[in-house]
Amino acid sequence: MLAIFQGGIRSDKTMATRDIPSVADTGADKLPGFQVELARDVPMRLDSGETIGPFTTAYTTCGELNADKSNAIMVCHALTGDQYVLETHPLTEKTGWWERMVGPGKPLDTDRYFILCVNVLGGCMGSTGPRDINPETGEPWGLDFPVITIGDIVRAQALLLDHLGIDKLFCAVGGSMGAMQVLEWAAKYPDRVFSVVPIAGAARHSAQNIAFHEVGRQAIMADPDWRKGNYLREDVIPKGGLSVARMAAHITYLSETALHRKFGRRLQARDALSFGFDADFQVESYLRHQGSTFVERFDANSYLYITRAMDYFDLAGEHDGVLAGAFEGTDVRFCIISFTSDWLFPTQESREVVRALNAVAANVSFVEIETDKGHDAFLLDEPEFYRTVSGFIEGAAEHRGLSGT
Amino acid sequence: MSADGAGTPQQAATHELERRDLQIIAGMIDEGSRALDIGCGDGALLDYLVHRKKVDGRGIELSQAGVNSCVAHGLSVIQGDADTDLAYYPDDAFDYVVLTRTLQATRNPRDVVSHLVRIGRHAVVSFTNFGHWRVRLNLLTQGRMPVVGDDGHTWHDTPNIHLCTIRDFSVLCDDLGLKVQRALSLSRHGAARELNSAGAIANIRGEEAIFLLTRE
Repeated sequence: MLAIFQGGIRSDKTMATRDIPSVADTGADKLPGFQVELARDVPMRLDSGETIGPFTTAYTTCGELNADKSNAIMVCHALTGDQYVLETHPLTEKTGWWERMVGPGKPLDTDRYFILCVNVLGGCMGSTGPRDINPETGEPWGLDFPVITIGDIVRAQALLLDHLGIDKLFCAVGGSMGAMQVLEWAAKYPDRVFSVVPIAGAARHSAQNIAFHEVGRQAIMADPDWRKGNYLREDVIPKGGLSVARMAAHITYLSETALHRKFGRRLQARDALSFGFDADFQVESYLRHQGSTFVERFDANSYLYITRAMDYFDLAGEHDGVLAGAFEGTDVRFCIISFTSDWLFPTQESREVVRALNAVAANVSFVEIETDKGHDAFLLDEPEFYRTVSGFIEGAAEHRGLSGT
Repeated sequence: MSADGAGTPQQAATHELERRDLQIIAGMIDEGSRALDIGCGDGALLDYLVHRKKVDGRGIELSQAGVNSCVAHGLSVIQGDADTDLAYYPDDAFDYVVLTRTLQATRNPRDVVSHLVRIGRHAVVSFTNFGHWRVRLNLLTQGRMPVVGDDGHTWHDTPNIHLCTIRDFSVLCDDLGLKVQRALSLSRHGAARELNSAGAIANIRGEEAIFLLTRE
């Protein structure tokens, strides 16, 4: 099955997982999964007005595409996620980031569905992004890479579907920035997606969220090793800045309750306060660890570009501020899910999407999951959440004629 | 929203309806139509309509447990409130809008009924009749507020804040200029009786009423 895709490059898995290379020397040819060059003949238009192409899209698949290609599910990853939804990550060697959701017998059942997960345009796991070589200069793009949007990211995914000969996705599923992509799919390609599950998302990035992203970007840009975005040319990496960006962002993914439960005010490997600025508290040590492991797998400029894509996302903005305008006449089946303790993408944001969908009498389900785990709950053990997705997918499959496949 | 609370749709596997009132309501809804069930509870009616009558069915339910259960069974249901959320729906979005045993728990029943017939070409409303003789007798002899149905709520903890009789509801329909296409009363044992124009007997004998309404 996997071998039939023309243009896909299947690389040897064992090559990439032996030793952990740093981001800078992760050659694209070493990545497990597929890579394909898109927009070869006609460059892809970007929302900024610029064009890009040809460019590389890296993706993974699980399960088998059925004969009429009607069982494809696109899993859209979050800001710092990637295409290794089920496969072992080539850099961290961790198991797939959404194993609770995707796999045999899981809500997105790989025995029944063909799962696609694409590294976003502008990313740093094999899809073209600012750390790749600009063919015009022969140097890494850096800040010469065009600013991309959620719309551009999804447009690139649609080109991949063209390449794979898939007319219509059975479903698009994603949390956080993944939810933005999923909503973009429903709004811009209603004929190419049968159902969508936007989880812990919003139809626009709030002022508070833009503010947090700006803190992260400023941390990166304040790092002397950032070199105005040219750090790869100068063979350095702004590790400190990127690490601080990650630390700040990570706090927003949790909740006060979750942090308190996990760490409280417990001290890190010591009996008393140090009266200094070491990581006295476990929570500090944890955040520092989050930051330092992140810089091993993520590119600082990619972080700038992808956070910007999220900031620019505003579906209503393209319809004179009326969100319902984005979904006029839609036949797509929606399942909107939020979490009670998510303060980054609070339930109210999801409810606004639901109300807009009600205004166009769309087919919509909306579930708020009770949890104290914050925004990251969509990645964690929340049985009711997975039951909800299972039920929705099952119901949608019935209507799509995919039951019992 | 529904005072019935929520659980799993007991009929999910067989798509059957046990409750007599729901059977009658299901009989009023055309095959293949579009229907919105407000206060859909455990989703029993919705499940039946979707699977047995090929209805494009949606639900609104106040209790989160009810919503989650419905969605986990593949039904299109949102968490919402009849008082606040109906305003977001466009005119004539559905062929039928159904409100079963829920009207009495809304803050503004008159507005809710107006929305029902605005959103739907037809509205189906069912409610407990507080004009039933047993209610009247209890109030007369015991001097206490009636406790109706099996939820056992007393006057101070009941979510049912706007109680009405069959006659009260008929007057509301007249006030709103609505046409009653069909009206039925149900006895305790589920025997259905068509209401005549006066409805005086039904208002005494019926424990529950079901109205099928349209705009004039």
